[in-house]
Amino acid sequence: MPRPIAQKTGTQSKPPASSPDLDFVARLSNAVAVSGDESAVRKLILDVIRPHVDEMKVDALGNVLAVKRSRSRNAQRMLVAAHMDEIGFMVTGHDSDGSLKFDVVGGVDERILPGKPVLVRAESGLLRGVIGVAPIHLLNSEQRNSVVKVKALRIDLGVENAEAAKKLVKAGDRGTFATEFRTLGEGAEQSLCGKALDNRLGCATLVELLQNGPYPCELHAAFTVQEEVGLRGARVIGYAVNPAAAFVLDCTPARDLPPSLEERENIHYNTRLGLGPAIYVADPSTLHDRRLIRYLEATAQKAGLPYQIRQPGGGSTDAGAIHLARAGIPSVSVSVPARYLHTPAALARLADWRNTVALIQAALAGWSAKVLA
Amino acid sequence: MDLFAHLKELCAAPGVSGYEGRVREVIAKAWKPLTAEVRADRLGSLWAIRPGHGPAPRPRLMLAAHMDTIGLMVTMIEGEFLRVVSIGGIDARVMPGQPVTVHGRRDLSGLVVQPDDFLLPKAHREGVVPVSELLVDCGLPAAQLAELVQVGDVISFAQTPIELQNGLLAANRLDNRASVAAVTVCLNELQTRPHFWDVTAVATVQEETRLLGAITSAFELQPQLAIAIDVTWGSGPGTRDYADKVFDLGEGPTLGFGPNVHPQLHAALKAVADRLEISYKLEPMAAHSGTDAFGMQIARAGVPTAVIGLPLRNMHTPVEVIAVKDVQRAGRLLAEFIAGLDSKFMDSLQLD
Repeated sequence: MPRPIAQKTGTQSKPPASSPDLDFVARLSNAVAVSGDESAVRKLILDVIRPHVDEMKVDALGNVLAVKRSRSRNAQRMLVAAHMDEIGFMVTGHDSDGSLKFDVVGGVDERILPGKPVLVRAESGLLRGVIGVAPIHLLNSEQRNSVVKVKALRIDLGVENAEAAKKLVKAGDRGTFATEFRTLGEGAEQSLCGKALDNRLGCATLVELLQNGPYPCELHAAFTVQEEVGLRGARVIGYAVNPAAAFVLDCTPARDLPPSLEERENIHYNTRLGLGPAIYVADPSTLHDRRLIRYLEATAQKAGLPYQIRQPGGGSTDAGAIHLARAGIPSVSVSVPARYLHTPAALARLADWRNTVALIQAALAGWSAKVLA
Repeated sequence: MDLFAHLKELCAAPGVSGYEGRVREVIAKAWKPLTAEVRADRLGSLWAIRPGHGPAPRPRLMLAAHMDTIGLMVTMIEGEFLRVVSIGGIDARVMPGQPVTVHGRRDLSGLVVQPDDFLLPKAHREGVVPVSELLVDCGLPAAQLAELVQVGDVISFAQTPIELQNGLLAANRLDNRASVAAVTVCLNELQTRPHFWDVTAVATVQEETRLLGAITSAFELQPQLAIAIDVTWGSGPGTRDYADKVFDLGEGPTLGFGPNVHPQLHAALKAVADRLEISYKLEPMAAHSGTDAFGMQIARAGVPTAVIGLPLRNMHTPVEVIAVKDVQRAGRLLAEFIAGLDSKFMDSLQLD
């Protein structure tokens, strides 16, 4: 099936299909749920999906599994998965001056850590801190241009010594950037800006799919844990659900920034903001199912929704684990394109997210066993 | 007065060097009820005047706390992105991911961002990415951005203040709004303390670039004495190798001494602190003090100057940290010193 050629930079997406619940997105984005410590987001999700599902449970790893039954007879089971966890850090020790040593969790470029406010999720609640650095006035030019390594960085809570710090935070506590969700711009071209849009936008999409429906297929929603540390939660989902096929919802980088003068053009943009949901074809862990890719393209075209094909290349999703389960599960990933993932603040276009919701909604509504025939 | 609230209000107001209008309004509002007259001078420094009770003509003391801050300026609009240049000493290490406000036709929220390595010149793919290669993204489509922003617009930090443990406050622009707040504390104390001398508190402009406000205001005001209040380096993460240059937060302000400081004026301030048991530290300043005192000292025929420092962690980052009680102590020390100034004080400033 031919793809439309309307994919130039600057092409604008259609206005949002429906009025979205940005308050819920804001709560998801602001919640602190680093890989292995997802309970804050899990709680938000369980509370909001409860009235809309026929079954729900939390599995042994912390994945949320929810079922929305179909009214059709012999409906196929469809798995739709979105990871709940985010990148961040784990406290590893206490320095004598009261500051905290830490390790990063997930793919974090250490160049973005210094000078940022953070939140630590301690037993006593969320604590505020900052990642400080020596003032540039005291450094020579070589030091000013050297990246401060994670092992030299500290989280400063404002306490005076290790003893006082130990009363507040213990080794093993996790945290992440303290960034309040906000919107930028207005109307159809509004942008969403916050931490952990990777993958709270995917979670928000999946919640909305559960709130809508029922569908001609039985919808098995999986909100997974530990994606950022090796697709760990997703490893067991495919086995547990045993679906006919899987859609994996995630966020993927839009590296659509201008190149330096040395570069001819930006040929590794991955995706671009404003061009709609990004459909995966190939990444290091998955060759996404050709039938599902074609089905999504056809669905988008029929519904008049914009979409883009993500450039084949680095960056895996939960599909990498799910498609290997049991005797193999046909899988495809669809991501909201967003800039600056894995930094204190990512940026996505509202329209790209809304069009992602609309695309998956339409794909479920139109599902039949023939897609895989 | 609620010093936390005052500090937060001061730190929320932008005031990049040369563009101090917004913070000037905030300071004027705070200082007006505490002084007889508040006005801006020709270059934008804010003067707040408290006449003394001595017979005219009275000697004058100038307090200088700069109100400007480091920031960025737009050099180019490239599609949906802005290229920028530093105003003042920006620390490129902390810039990627910082929230900012672009002061265009209207204020726009934005983010400082670091392009992926493959988009950078090869020389900058490792190490700290310089400000010249960073971009600002306002989340707006290109056409809208071009309509709202032009080359030369200034950009200020937009980090929200954070209360840490132990009465510490983390915020952007604490350099030097912490000192402005110390002056507010001083002016507030003077409400109930009679003083012989005239006192003019000056919130100076363009310190971060060339001490411009201090030089020009001292020329016009012709003070007999001048005291600069500014932040100094606080101990904290990353400073272990500079133990002789940094000061612990919460242990009181520093009293600078060195060529920018008149030794007798320094001794007089120290004596007041000792008498009232206000904690302080001595800060050696071997050459340039890096404060407004450097400019005020050589105004006209020369002015005896002193420097009071407030220990500040993470200076020139958007998460500068101060101990609020140090701000309080500096303000009180200034007020007590001023209350003790009499007609003979200048005679005591003999160098040899």
